Amino acid sequence: MVALILPRLVSFEGSARRSTSVAERNAAALRSAYWLVMISGFAEPVVYLLSIGVGVGALVGDLTLPSGAVVGYAAFVAPAMLASAAMSGALSETTFNFFGKMKYMRLYEGMLATPVRPFEIALGELAWAMVRGSLYSAAFLVVMVVLDLTPVGRALLAFPAAVLAGFAFGALGMGLTTFARSWQDFDLMGSIQFTLFLFSGTFVPAESYHPALRWLVEVTPLYRAVHLIRGISIGTEQTLGLLIDVGYLLLVTAVGLVIAGRRMTTLLCK
Amino acid sequence: MSTATHAGSAAPARSGPGLAATMAVFEYHLVGYRRTWRGTVLGSFLLPLLTMLGFGVGVGAYVDGGVAGVPYLDYVVPGLVASTALQVAAGESSWPVLGNFAWHKIYFAQAAAPLRVGDVLGGHLLFVLFRVALSAAAFLLVATVFGAVHSVWALAALPVVVLLGCAVAAPTFAWSSTITSDSYLALLFRFAVLPMSLFAGVFFPVESMPVGLRWVAYATPLWHGVDLCRAATLGVAPQWSAAGHLAYLGLWAGGGWWLAHVRFRKRLVF
Repeated sequence: MVALILPRLVSFEGSARRSTSVAERNAAALRSAYWLVMISGFAEPVVYLLSIGVGVGALVGDLTLPSGAVVGYAAFVAPAMLASAAMSGALSETTFNFFGKMKYMRLYEGMLATPVRPFEIALGELAWAMVRGSLYSAAFLVVMVVLDLTPVGRALLAFPAAVLAGFAFGALGMGLTTFARSWQDFDLMGSIQFTLFLFSGTFVPAESYHPALRWLVEVTPLYRAVHLIRGISIGTEQTLGLLIDVGYLLLVTAVGLVIAGRRMTTLLCK
Repeated sequence: MSTATHAGSAAPARSGPGLAATMAVFEYHLVGYRRTWRGTVLGSFLLPLLTMLGFGVGVGAYVDGGVAGVPYLDYVVPGLVASTALQVAAGESSWPVLGNFAWHKIYFAQAAAPLRVGDVLGGHLLFVLFRVALSAAAFLLVATVFGAVHSVWALAALPVVVLLGCAVAAPTFAWSSTITSDSYLALLFRFAVLPMSLFAGVFFPVESMPVGLRWVAYATPLWHGVDLCRAATLGVAPQWSAAGHLAYLGLWAGGGWWLAHVRFRKRLVF
C-alpha cells in the first residue's frame, strides 16, 4: 500500500515520483536485521561525544576560540560530532550499500528496465541516505540540547545545516563509489573518512595546525560542515563565512550527483 | 607431515602430533598474509598513528599539566597500543572467521584433512596473535621515536598485548562461529569494541567516570591491558596488581578458547 501512496504524494508523474519510488524501496527492505544496524549507527557519535567531549573535556577544561568566545570542550566537540554523524550516516548508505546494490545485487539493472533513469536512481538513493542521516542528526541534536551544549533555538537552526552536510557527503560518496572496483577499495575510503574525522577541526581548533596544513584542512568538506554547524551552535559573527560553507556544500552535492548519474549511465546502460 | 624412519633406528623425538598440525594451519594463514599484508598497513598501523598524532599531539597541546604526571601524549600512547591490539584482534577474529565458515568454507576443507578441531582453531588464533604482535611492535617503535616511552619495561608490553589479543580474539572466534550474517559483527563492533576502546582508560582516566560505569570498565579486558601497558611504557607500578591483571586476561582467553572450541566442534564435526 505504501508503495502505491507515498510516491504519488510527492508527485503524480515524472522524475520526482520515480525517484521517490527508488527511495521507498529501501524503507521496504528494512524488514531484516538491517534496521538494528541502522538504529545503532546513532550510538557512535554519542559515544564519541561522551568519551572525548566529556571525558577528555575534564582534562582540557575550557577552550578560548580565536573569536574570543570561551566554550567548554564538550560544547566545542559536539557540533563536530554532529557533522561527522551526518557524514557517516549518509556515507554508509551511499558507499558500501550502494556498491553492493549496484555490483552484486544488480538491483539497478532491474530498475532500469522500468521508466526509471540512472540520474533518478542516484537521486532516490541519495534521498534515502538523507532520511537516515537526518534521523541521526535529529537524535544527536536532542542529545546536545539535553546535555545543555547548545540552546534549543540554535539546535533547530543547526538541523538544516546538518541535513545539507549529509546531502553533500552522500552525493560525494556516491560519485566516488561509482569508480570503485572491489570491496578492498572501501578500506581506503574508510581510512580517508577516519582521517577527515580526526583532523577537520573536530577535536582541536583548526587554528592550532601548521599554516601550510591548515590551508589543506580548510578545503576539505568535513571541515566546511564542522565550521558551519559550529558557527550556528556556538555562535559567530562571521555570517559571510557560513554562507561560503553553505555554497561549498551545495556545490559538492551538485557535482557528486552529476558524476554519479553519468557514471551509472556508463556502467549500467551498455 | 610424516617423517621417514629407517628400519632399526629409533624414531626421532618430536612434538606431539597436535603441535605440528597447528603449525601447518598457522603456515597456511601466513602464506595468505604474504599476499594481503599491504592492505592491512592502513588499518593496523597508519590509523593508530594518526590517532596518536591527532589526540596525543593535537589535543595534548590543550591539556595543561598533563595527566597523572606525564604529558598527554605519553599518557595516551600505551592506551593506543592496547587499543590497536584490540582492533586488530577483533577485526581478524570476526569477518575472516565468518567468511571461512559461510563464504569461503576454508574450515570445512581443513577439517577434511587430518586436522583436529583444536588445530584448525589454534592455527588461526596463532595467526591473529602474530598480527597483533606485529602491529603493536610497529606502533611501539614509532612511539619510541616520538619520545613517549620512558622505560625499558616497555618491552614487557609486547607479551601483555599478545595476551590481551588472545583475551579478545578467543571469545570473538566463538561469536563469529555462532552467527549467520555479518550484520551481527557490525553490532559487535558498535556496541562492544567501540565503547570499550573509548571508555576503558585510553583517552582519559577511568576514575573520572561515575562508579557504576567505572566497574563496567574494570570488567572489560581492554582496561587491564591498558593499565599494564601504561605501567610498562611509563615505568611505574600498575594501579592493580600485575598478577591480577594477567590472571583476569587469562580467564577471558581460556574461557573464550573453550567456548570457541565448543562452537567450532559443533560446526565442523558431523
